[in-house]
Amino acid sequence: MNKNYETVFIVNPVLSEKQVEDTVKKYKKILDKNKIKTICDESLGFKELAYSINNKNSGFFHLFQYETEKIDFVKNLETELKRDRSILRYISVSLCKDALEYNARRAKGEFNKKKK
Amino acid sequence: MRSQFNSALQNESIDRSSKKKKFCRFKKSGIKYIDYKDPSFLKQFINDQGKILPRRITGTSSKYQKKVAQAVKRARHLALLPYTTDTN
Repeated sequence: MNKNYETVFIVNPVLSEKQVEDTVKKYKKILDKNKIKTICDESLGFKELAYSINNKNSGFFHLFQYETEKIDFVKNLETELKRDRSILRYISVSLCKDALEYNARRAKGEFNKKKK
Repeated sequence: MRSQFNSALQNESIDRSSKKKKFCRFKKSGIKYIDYKDPSFLKQFINDQGKILPRRITGTSSKYQKKVAQAVKRARHLALLPYTTDTN
């Protein structure tokens, strides 16, 4: 039974634009290597952090939404994220059906117009 | 003498009209999923110290209060919301 997951991670702002893309591409390759169906691969952009994480006050947020039935895939992805020094913080969340419907509407850009 | 004494003892009547009926805004507007990636929406549920507002103030139902709390805690982990803000 396929379960849907969503992983968001913050990339260190000190890196140059190109290095940020390389790290994101690295994780994209991991997803493709394991033949995981990625529904959404979106950069949430450069954001200020509410508090400093190892004395950095901003970061590049990136979102992966994927669907898999391999139970230990998320664990492997997280060990990769943990080992990577340029990732400040990451979170992976399993999505219920309401979350899926919300993401589908968000991908259609329904929420950008009316800023709730 | 007695009536004047009585009126002092009588407490004022609470005007029910000002106390507006609280409603769960999620049930009313039909929001099903509270996104932890949207801090501007979550800011309405935390006070200026960054603490989660209780249900008796926001009036949300228990099911959605749990979702709000979970979303706020996830946003705090991702540093989208502060754990504490130094107000004083």
